[in-house]
Amino acid sequence: MATPARAEAESTTRGPMTPVPYRVVSRAAETADTSTLVLEPLGAPVVPAPGQFNMLYAFGVGEVPISTSAAPDPGGALVHTIRDVGAVSHALVHTEPGTVIGVRGPYGTTWPLEEARGHDLVIVAGGIGLAPLRPAVYHALEHRDEFASVCILLGARTPSDLLFLAELESWRGRFDVELEVTVDTAGEDWHGRVGVVTQLIPRASFDPDSTIALVCGPEIMMTFTARALLERGVPKENIAISMERNMQCGLGHCGHCQLGPVLICRDGPVFWFDAMEPLMEVRGL
Amino acid sequence: MSEETLLTHPAPAVIDLDGLHALVGVLRDRGYCVVGPTRREGAIVYEEIASADELPAGWTEIQEAATYRLERRDDDARFGYPVGPQSWKRWLLPSRVRLWQAHRDAEGRAEFVEDAPPERPFALLGVRSCDLHAIAIQDRVFLEGAYVDRDYSARREGAFLVAVNCGVPGGTCFCASMGTGPRAESGFDLALTEIVGDDHRFVVEVGSDRGADVLEDLMATPATSDDVDAALGVTHEAIARMGRHVESFDLRDLLARNVEHPRFDATAERCLTCGNCTLVCPTCFCTSVDDVNVLETGAAERWRRWDSCYSVDYSYIHGGSVRPSSRARYRQWLTHKFGTWIDQFGTSGCVGCGRCITWCPVGIDVTEELTAIRETDGEVDHANT
Amino acid sequence: MQTLDEIVAVSPTFAGLTQPQLELIAGCARNVGFTQGERLFREGDPADTFYLVRKGRVSLSTHVPARGAVVIETLDPGEIVGWSWLFPPYLWHFDARAVDDLRAVAFDGACLRGKCEADHDLGYELVGRFASVMIDRLQHTRLRLLDIYGDASTS
Repeated sequence: MATPARAEAESTTRGPMTPVPYRVVSRAAETADTSTLVLEPLGAPVVPAPGQFNMLYAFGVGEVPISTSAAPDPGGALVHTIRDVGAVSHALVHTEPGTVIGVRGPYGTTWPLEEARGHDLVIVAGGIGLAPLRPAVYHALEHRDEFASVCILLGARTPSDLLFLAELESWRGRFDVELEVTVDTAGEDWHGRVGVVTQLIPRASFDPDSTIALVCGPEIMMTFTARALLERGVPKENIAISMERNMQCGLGHCGHCQLGPVLICRDGPVFWFDAMEPLMEVRGL
Repeated sequence: MSEETLLTHPAPAVIDLDGLHALVGVLRDRGYCVVGPTRREGAIVYEEIASADELPAGWTEIQEAATYRLERRDDDARFGYPVGPQSWKRWLLPSRVRLWQAHRDAEGRAEFVEDAPPERPFALLGVRSCDLHAIAIQDRVFLEGAYVDRDYSARREGAFLVAVNCGVPGGTCFCASMGTGPRAESGFDLALTEIVGDDHRFVVEVGSDRGADVLEDLMATPATSDDVDAALGVTHEAIARMGRHVESFDLRDLLARNVEHPRFDATAERCLTCGNCTLVCPTCFCTSVDDVNVLETGAAERWRRWDSCYSVDYSYIHGGSVRPSSRARYRQWLTHKFGTWIDQFGTSGCVGCGRCITWCPVGIDVTEELTAIRETDGEVDHANT
Repeated sequence: MQTLDEIVAVSPTFAGLTQPQLELIAGCARNVGFTQGERLFREGDPADTFYLVRKGRVSLSTHVPARGAVVIETLDPGEIVGWSWLFPPYLWHFDARAVDDLRAVAFDGACLRGKCEADHDLGYELVGRFASVMIDRLQHTRLRLLDIYGDASTS
């Protein structure tokens, strides 16, 4: 999986554990526990490619790895969709516009959009997993002619947990993209599908022999989704997933994110499923 | 190990005890903080020393599984012991170091001020071959990947390494099995082989220009062929008395295919997950970051501290620990050290120093563990998989 | 305009049955339509009829006190709604409603049960196919039971 060349740091003597300052330009709530922050650089720009992540630092609270949720901006503007699950993400989700936070990055491997050229592109997102996949969706819509077909399958717990609702409408409105959404449960005012996201796979229109699938969501969702794709005949080596582990540095120096032979910050977070499956099968590896 | 020979360019030299004292003095005069072995509270540890008088002359270490004690020698060898509980990572990768302070002003502008590296470079005196390899292994992690650790790089670049060749391997040593000793072959500025005989002297090999430069300030004489033979004899003695052995061939694949071996569960029942092994191991490099607020100054600080894969929250990720059981954590340590380290960094993570065996409170012996797995290659623990 | 046995034949659940078997099943079937919001069956009612969705969407829901109506499944064209007609006490466990205007094939459960009694080969085929539907639903339901998206309050 490719890691793009790093942009030259503004100051070559700045250590890789030292953040660059960024200002929060805006904060928008997506759901009850998830918000999207738009950031502008105050120093060196950080430009993550689809699939990559940054370490976001909330002053005095801590740092967490968050994937980019937008197309790469050479000027360094960043968009991160963050779910409140701990002290640091809580602080970030509640950061007022105008506040300065720290950013380190970009780190990690990218969604295999180059490799997917000419193929049927299938994007399967579960819950917050849509946030790291959105840059891939943007790329696919922007360069639609690079792909034979584009199919986006989304799952969420309930309708109020769906991200980027306004954008989903615009994606659904396109004739050259298939978009299917399902939720685990809903109220009667929901007229869409109720069921688990894997149920969308048997009926989606793509040719398994010519498909590259990008899958992101909780690990168990990715495992079941991969199985459903395999059942339809998509080869393991054509399914890309995004893994997550405890990260303290993002540099391959702290040891925390290792999973068997790989370091998720350096060799991932995007991996092909054939390499990951044997590791994911071992409990507590 | 390559055919035993001394380094010959430049030719080896000999110094006596006065020369050893002079070496410490010269290094201090050149501004180094000289760190060397010294006796403290029943162990031989690495501290800053002011003179060679502080070396543990006439002492040796008795080491076995879960056993460490000092004993008097019947000579006054300065380096007559293998390795104590500490390793040089205490100085190159300190257990707690501040990386930077950050301020935000009233307008919200932020400034990150990195901490300066230590004022004085370190001269490490008494680095065993295993520990030289351990330093090289940590170099690969911190200097040779995509990112260079700033603090490690500053400490490492300025460090002057004086290796000392082992004549007395400990009861738990197995460097020969790991291909990391007992003779230091490279990676040092100077290497000493202590010969305690009629003359108490040190055969000196030069490993770098810096080393050659320092040697010139000592009253050294050229080594004779007797000196060279004596030095090589020390190594032969060490090889013959190696405390442990382990078949290290193909360990990566052995462990990769035995990840559900019942031995992990069996040994985990003994393991306290105390993390001693990771503390004393010279290659264990895992750290965590503490981001704190300092109330008095209003500054935020980032500290880096040692961490251990044995702690439950090491692998914590929203919801819980990925390795909640002691079996999972013990397996992680062993398979990483001898197996997946190779996938991640291109070398084994173990240098055969034996510290983990000595300092494990329940005496878990990695050589015994690896041998047991190899002998029952392919067994699967069905209860836990 | 398709005949009933043609419609039944192409649905995934009944595909592969012999022509005589298809005719037997179609003999218990009729085309039906529901308007948006209309109820197909009510929780607790006798389960005499099951449906094959042709066009539109059906929701299965139940009422949870203090939570209101909760939709636990939706079914799309080609999918079968209801298996309680196969097993005693032949009562529905959920409400079924048309989410949109719905066209479906309704099957008379009692009629089909009778034909299965008379023709055990047909019975075996049907029970097997419905078992497959139930297994599928069970697996999907189990997956949702895992609450894979995680609740922030439990993280």
